Amino acid sequence: MEFPEEFKYTEEHEWIMVEKDLATIGITDFAQDALGDVVFVELPEVGTVLEVGKPFGVVESVKAVSDIYAPIAGTVEEINEDLVETPEIINTSPYEDGWMIKIRMTDASAADALMSSEDYQALIAEES
Amino acid sequence: MTIVGTSGLILNEKLLFEHSDPGRKGYSLPKLDVPAAELPAELCREEISGFPELSEVDVVRHFTRLSTWNYGVDSGFYPLGSCTMKYNPKVNEVAARIPGLAFIHPSTPSHLAQGSLELMYRLQVALAEISGFAKVTLQPAAGAQGELAGMLVIRAWHEARGSKRTKVLIPDTAHGTNPATASLTGYDVVPIASDGILTLEEVEAHMNDDVAALMVTNPNTLGLFETNIEAICKLVHERGGMVYCDGANLNALMGIARPGDMGIDVMHFNLHKTFSTPHGGGGPGSGPVGVTEELTPYLPGPGVEYDGENYCIEATRADSIGRMMAFHGNVGIMVRAYAYIRSMGGDGLKHASEMAVLNANYVRARLEGVYDLPFTSRSLHEVVFSDKDLEGDCHTLDVAKRLIDYGYHPPTIYFPLVVKGAIMIEPTETESQEVLDEFCDAMIAIAGEARDNPALLHQAPVRSRIRRLDETTAARKPKLKWEKGA
Repeated sequence: MEFPEEFKYTEEHEWIMVEKDLATIGITDFAQDALGDVVFVELPEVGTVLEVGKPFGVVESVKAVSDIYAPIAGTVEEINEDLVETPEIINTSPYEDGWMIKIRMTDASAADALMSSEDYQALIAEES
Repeated sequence: MTIVGTSGLILNEKLLFEHSDPGRKGYSLPKLDVPAAELPAELCREEISGFPELSEVDVVRHFTRLSTWNYGVDSGFYPLGSCTMKYNPKVNEVAARIPGLAFIHPSTPSHLAQGSLELMYRLQVALAEISGFAKVTLQPAAGAQGELAGMLVIRAWHEARGSKRTKVLIPDTAHGTNPATASLTGYDVVPIASDGILTLEEVEAHMNDDVAALMVTNPNTLGLFETNIEAICKLVHERGGMVYCDGANLNALMGIARPGDMGIDVMHFNLHKTFSTPHGGGGPGSGPVGVTEELTPYLPGPGVEYDGENYCIEATRADSIGRMMAFHGNVGIMVRAYAYIRSMGGDGLKHASEMAVLNANYVRARLEGVYDLPFTSRSLHEVVFSDKDLEGDCHTLDVAKRLIDYGYHPPTIYFPLVVKGAIMIEPTETESQEVLDEFCDAMIAIAGEARDNPALLHQAPVRSRIRRLDETTAARKPKLKWEKGA
């Protein structure tokens, strides 16, 4: 399993890629593997204002339905429409084609507090 | 080991639409001996195209064949965790078929329906006594609707006091329906963590003046009793909230502990779990709700009351959240539950709970060491294992599918979510030691197969009428409609 160095991570198994004040968010390779085949994804509408820790979407797999929590505050700028018809790209490409939403962050520096790739790998080593 | 699963001749069956033959019917009418009258055109619908046309024997064989594909508590062991799939005694069915109870019209005036009303009243009182609540409504049609009714009652209580709280705390060991209920009632869900059981500190950290209620399941979905419940209820009350208890696991507590005495404000019962009425496809369900004295004005209505002489339907209460169901709810199910309570008696219900806990712990003792047991504290009526120790790249799903080959309904899997690869087993009190031993032998044999012949598990089930289904494609590209020639 890979966990790109340049991303930030959360305890809820999301990754965040920061470019200036824009954050792209998805779920990690570990999360997609634990969920199993993803069959349905629900995403917020563009323009939705997100608070840290609030659920913004849902991922449903053959095993379970899980909420996806906002790792950072901001406004939804773009959602990955491809996930509606082909949710399986979360399994095949969690870090690229399977991205979920892009948000315009209220405070871009807040991302610095999130976990590094190294810290996240230590967390999942503990969990598995 | 006796393997209860076997193979045999199982008949195929087409859809009714595929059986249809134009002009075939299951009735014959006498020859017309009066002048034919034309129906007014506005009363006639258009011909339904492709409507199946069958004879009586076609229909009987169709449904009888389909019934042989079924698996239920009457065919075998059904250890579905959290669902309390206990055997449903046939005396319940005898009671439900008493003509006076079975054929009464729901609009029958009260003075001509005293028997049915008395039964409902006595069931309300019995459930209140078993649970320690002041009053019970029988209206909700199932557990999820009971939850909704209970949370609407809590919401009405807050609104009556001018409180505008917006959040509900739900621990990660609660039932999956709880967050849905809170959300449907208009609250935001705040998930809180448990360490097997909920701690006072965790509730304290989240319980502020924006929290309307805490929803717990006790015993929780790990089968563990929430030992801090009394202190937790006290804290939530001190901070202006209410505590809702999901009563799905009441089968562990009857005659031993009462949720009302623990400080819980509202709880729903699942008559189709704890009180041995049909469950799932055999339904319908029934989800009565019990509340404390303080919340009684908000209960759904009307219920049944007794004035010392007659039983009657209550007048509408101004603060009631209103009806949850037409008429009085699923009355036929109430008859079965009442028959169960009366045939068991108080001591019998207590014994049922004790045996349910004993059976679960017997399974736990036999499988511990073969399957990983993530939470080792004392469990009650159900036990949760994980697939962590399985060899041969075999997982929980493979074990569940292989159990079908041995003749068992698989347990609940991948729930609760706090256990990775959960296998949640609830044997209930109605199984004998022989059945539990055969099941445990099968579970142990499957763990051995995972080590020695993992391909067998990956292919399972191999003895069933239909082999492993492609659940992923079924969920991603569901086909919900039959189309002719498709």
